[in-house]
Amino acid sequence: MQHFIGRHAAAEPGSGDADAGSSPLPDPLPNPLPNPLPSPLAIRGLTVAYHRRPVLWEVAYEAPPRGLIAVVGPNGAGKSTLIKACLGLVPKVAGTVEAFGRPIGEQRRRIGYVPQRESVDWDFPVSALDVVAMGRYGRIGWFRRVSRAHKEAALHALERVGMADFARRQIGQLSGGQQQRVFLARALAQEAQLYFMDEPFAGVDAATEHAILDVLRDLDAAGRTVVCVHHDLQTVGGYFDHVLLMNTRVVAHGRVATTLTPELLARTYGGQSQAFAAALPARQDARP
Amino acid sequence: MSAEALTGGIPLEELLRVLFFQAGFNTAVVVAGTAALGLAGGTVGTFLLLRRRALVSDALSHATLPGIAVAFLIGAALGLPGRSLPLLLAGAVVSGVLGLLTVQALARHTRLTEDSAIGAVLSVFFGLGIVLISYIQNLELAGQAGLKTFILGQTAAMARGEAIAIGLLAAGAAAAVALLFKEFRALAFDPGFAAVQGWPVARLDLALMGLATLVTVIGLQTVGLILVVALLIIPPAAARFWTDRLALMTWLAAGIGALSGWLGATLSALLPKMPAGAVIVLVAGFFFLLSFLFAPARGLAAAALRGLALRAGYAERAALVRLLAAEGGAPAPVLAAPLRLALAARGHLRGGRLTGRGRAAARRAERNRRLWERFLIDHPTLLPGQLRWGIDDIDEALPGDLVRLLEERDAQERNALARQAPAPGRLAS
Repeated sequence: MQHFIGRHAAAEPGSGDADAGSSPLPDPLPNPLPNPLPSPLAIRGLTVAYHRRPVLWEVAYEAPPRGLIAVVGPNGAGKSTLIKACLGLVPKVAGTVEAFGRPIGEQRRRIGYVPQRESVDWDFPVSALDVVAMGRYGRIGWFRRVSRAHKEAALHALERVGMADFARRQIGQLSGGQQQRVFLARALAQEAQLYFMDEPFAGVDAATEHAILDVLRDLDAAGRTVVCVHHDLQTVGGYFDHVLLMNTRVVAHGRVATTLTPELLARTYGGQSQAFAAALPARQDARP
Repeated sequence: MSAEALTGGIPLEELLRVLFFQAGFNTAVVVAGTAALGLAGGTVGTFLLLRRRALVSDALSHATLPGIAVAFLIGAALGLPGRSLPLLLAGAVVSGVLGLLTVQALARHTRLTEDSAIGAVLSVFFGLGIVLISYIQNLELAGQAGLKTFILGQTAAMARGEAIAIGLLAAGAAAAVALLFKEFRALAFDPGFAAVQGWPVARLDLALMGLATLVTVIGLQTVGLILVVALLIIPPAAARFWTDRLALMTWLAAGIGALSGWLGATLSALLPKMPAGAVIVLVAGFFFLLSFLFAPARGLAAAALRGLALRAGYAERAALVRLLAAEGGAPAPVLAAPLRLALAARGHLRGGRLTGRGRAAARRAERNRRLWERFLIDHPTLLPGQLRWGIDDIDEALPGDLVRLLEERDAQERNALARQAPAPGRLAS
């Protein structure tokens, strides 16, 4: 697995070899984006509680204009909750979330989402193509069937994750990594500009990891923003440009090279800091 | 054996006449109305089942009883004729929805799980209904005898207009599901994702529960409130055994529901002393049993056959590999007669020796086994479900890039092994 990723990273420096989606931001939506572009994601004072216990505490974060952003922190730090709260899936106690300068609820067509794989029943009677086509439902609108054009778009998204041959498979017959790719393809089918991904690399095989990474770099090259919960400190530096360190509240954020330091990690992970500092790769500047 | 013995004492002619709508207009309308009810139950139930709301509708149906009783009392107090059906059903809707909201409130605002909330609401509302009905019986008001039919259902008492109304409403419910098919699919599979796209998930849930309420209430008279939930659960559960495609599952559930309603109403028209609901549900249960045992996709018999095929497949491949090894000097395997016959029938074995085709198949089996093993070593958590790993062709089971990776690693490993243990010939030189 290591040689695999290393080889890719070496070939990569900045040359987003995008085949698909490398066109300038297509923006056919009724509410055009202002120029200059406001931050893709601005979170202010976001607080979330489950049964009175705070899970997120006054989180404030402004995403850079573009790039791949990793959300990093220990288990129970509220990483998934941050994404869900941004998307309006869990109730907020306080705070606002804006995407491209407007409340995120008004920007739904610009938002893509990859939830955790365990969040759905994979025995559900649908095919991989059916699931990916769900990424088009926002465009299709009420009552209408999925047209041929939308099916083509879904199939194209499956191609981008190397799963076109599996379009007709019932999703329960796919391996874990393949299911993760289907979820990613569904988000691609949304043709969004800001993507939220919840641990897309968790428990996948090396080939899937490679495929997901290719897609992330394509999205980056096409000027999309990706906010990605990530659990593997070893690969943060190789995969992402920016990092948001959090543990209920924001500990630090910034470029990976300057933010993923032993001191800041110690503050993020608390007592477990020694082990995590030791796990850090020697060089964090794999990406310029 | 006479035809009457076959049909349990019912004259065969009579059975056929009812079955094919020849037994008078009234019976025909009742049978058609019940079939439509079954069809609606199957379509709405498909999504209730997939949304995991099937038991909530059981609480809903039991909670209708106090509403029926109270509506009857109100009707009597207003001096309406004893048994005004629209009023009774309106009462059923009100208390059914009240029960539903109670379940939701209990599950959301307390630490009770949904199933305990369902159990509590179902029994308390039903108990209240029984007490009210007993009270009404002591009042000796006109028409109160009809109230008990709501508990177990009765098609015989149904008027023509009521049956037509049931049929139309049921058709409407099925049509609503057809219209909202895409929306309900998104809701049932991944409500979070649907919400991110802006679909009003709470309102879609409400629409689904509203349709379930509609089916329940129009089913009260024929099937009765105890068993009406069966019309929502059994047809889709039976349909799930036959297919992995949602559209087909919905059609099958609709068909099984309609058939159960049709056959069940026919039987109960001929056996007026039997509660119609029980007869209809038993017919649906019979279809469920058939599906559970014999459906080719997920049925019990098919699973047993697949198990047998899996063992045979392993044995066949292992035999091929050992026969190939025997050609290289390993001891020849002793094969059981059925295995020899099977290999000979495939043209892999002739006169106890591998044919050319057999040799090629043995090499393929060996490669397949090696790559599956490599996959199992490298990705123990990623085994695809419903695949016969080790037997199924790995090229069809996994993406091409993953198979190439496995091949690469397998080759590396074997090279490394070869270097560790150099051939004896090379040592001598």
